[in-house]
Amino acid sequence: MTILAFVFAGILAASLPLLLAALGEMVVEKTGLLNLGIEGMMALGAAVGFVAVYLTGSHVLGLAGGALAAALLSLAFAGMVLGARANQVAAGLAVGVLGLGLSALFGASYESFTVSGLPKLAVPALSDLPVLGGLFRQDVLVWAAIPGVVVLWWVLERTKAGLVIRAVGENADAARAIGYDVVLIRAGAVAFGGAMAGLGGAYASTVLTPLWAEGMIAGRGWIALALVVFGTWRTGRVTLGALLFGTLVLGGLAAQAAGARVPSQLLASLPYLVTIVMLCILSAGRRRA
Amino acid sequence: MVRLMRRDRASRSAMVAAPLLALGAAVLVSLILFAALGKPAGVALHALLIRPFASWYSFSEVLLKAAPLMLIAQGLAIGFRANVFNIGAEGQFVMGAVAASALPVLGGDPSGPWVMPLMLGAGMAGGLAWAGLAAFARDRFGASEILVTLMQSLIAVQVLNYLLLGPWKDPRGFNFPVSVMFPDAALLPILLPGTRTNVLLVFALLASVLAWVLMRHRLTGFQLLVGGLAPGAARYAGIAPRRAVWLSLGLGGLAAGLAGAGEVMGPLGQLQRSVAAGYGYAAIVVAYVGGLNPLGIVVAAVAISAVYIGGDAATVSAGLPVPAVEVFQGLLLAFYLVAFVLVRYRIARMPGPATRAATPRRGGRPRTFDGPVPSAADGGP
Repeated sequence: MTILAFVFAGILAASLPLLLAALGEMVVEKTGLLNLGIEGMMALGAAVGFVAVYLTGSHVLGLAGGALAAALLSLAFAGMVLGARANQVAAGLAVGVLGLGLSALFGASYESFTVSGLPKLAVPALSDLPVLGGLFRQDVLVWAAIPGVVVLWWVLERTKAGLVIRAVGENADAARAIGYDVVLIRAGAVAFGGAMAGLGGAYASTVLTPLWAEGMIAGRGWIALALVVFGTWRTGRVTLGALLFGTLVLGGLAAQAAGARVPSQLLASLPYLVTIVMLCILSAGRRRA
Repeated sequence: MVRLMRRDRASRSAMVAAPLLALGAAVLVSLILFAALGKPAGVALHALLIRPFASWYSFSEVLLKAAPLMLIAQGLAIGFRANVFNIGAEGQFVMGAVAASALPVLGGDPSGPWVMPLMLGAGMAGGLAWAGLAAFARDRFGASEILVTLMQSLIAVQVLNYLLLGPWKDPRGFNFPVSVMFPDAALLPILLPGTRTNVLLVFALLASVLAWVLMRHRLTGFQLLVGGLAPGAARYAGIAPRRAVWLSLGLGGLAAGLAGAGEVMGPLGQLQRSVAAGYGYAAIVVAYVGGLNPLGIVVAAVAISAVYIGGDAATVSAGLPVPAVEVFQGLLLAFYLVAFVLVRYRIARMPGPATRAATPRRGGRPRTFDGPVPSAADGGP
């Protein structure tokens, strides 16, 4: 298989955990909160998801379990920030540390165990194309993600629910004054963000690379956090950013396999470097406005 | 209807009670969790809480680990009190370690009394420069220091990996990703004979005194405090938030860089990947659980360090996996943040809505990145 074909075949699946977690965090941030604990929530989702698939053999249970566990953890964040009015930075880090610790604790006796992934569903004819063919052989979650992103975009941009979410983020006092329960809406967004991060983590540990190893999330939560900024809180741009960062990760692997002389550390740093530059440009633009 | 009423003045008794309550709750939940996982919970807790203080040597190990935590947390707390959220101390710590290592790695086999101060100075400069980049991005472009310092930490670890896998790898190190062993002239003097506790502990305690003086007696401390508690009033009084940004990040970077230098010049004795073991993140827990108060941070640094040392013991005696320490730390911070509500608010049965002051904002993006966050606590008084 050529490098290009390898990248095309893997790009969608490699991007999916990033995409799910980033879209979840985007909704959280749209309500005016910032949950820094994505890495921990993904790790917990990955651990719970893996253990569930290992014990039951059911990916439905695994993915749902991972999402549920991370959503519960994110509700701890909501409780701290919305209930006890704690500092969100500290609360996010607490959730992150807790999630990473719990994932390692739950996964400790499953280290290096494997499960079977999900079968690839191929689009007839298109999947036989040279080079590009791999793009059309994907598992069911990747196929489901495509309409999923469109639905999320539609809800956020074209429905009243989306409007309320944005209103809460842009002017919480006004939203409260016209009768919306700001705390409840924010808590809902946080739980959604947690579930998406957990789903992304469970996908990574049970479908993408169906084996458990402590620390397997390996910074994907931080990349997802960066992605939300990179995508300027827009569904479409976050999706494109996830594909781009996913390609970077995959391209780095392929380039190394091909013996390229680019240091892998530079490739690994690129998402973060790009995000810092994006932050500076975006913030400077807003300052001038 | 039960409401949270903001106190005019933070409750002192609650400030002492909050960390104790949090400790009790964290211990209780860990106990239940360990028992549910089939581990001997009692043995584990004994190892976590008692063993670190049970022998002189293990207590000296607690002090060894407490020094960098204390040093970093004192630097961070200055910023947190001023609502400047430097959460990238890990990166500043790593860059301090890298900068300090430059001399022994590149300078052959240096000896003489100037080696140690030069390396410590390089460490501080490394941390300062790394944090300075974030201060510049915040000051010049208004980029959130929360995200910039976080991303910088992830980059710093890659810089460390690059150096240790490439140009700085010890040629006689059997291909392990470590630098050369430092010469004796580059190692910090031992403070307590027969242990590994070195003079970094003295630096950390000095920094604690300085932090206390800065916050209580100097105008700068007052300015930073006002800037954090009431940004509008601070601007009105002519205290530039710019100064708070540069001072907070600068002091935070300086302290973290010094701690990083101390780690490679102390227990490690060379630059290795384990230098990025999470001191920078744990110090955030220390800063908060210490109530963002210089004295509280000294106590919290020793307590959190003890949990690390006890965690090592628990892996042996109770078969706990290493990350159990992380779980305990996360629980402690989470419960502390919840308990802290008692310091700032009193719980009252009052009719009528409890409103929070609206913060002015600009632009159409979520307000998260416009500096102070909507429900952000200001930390200590």
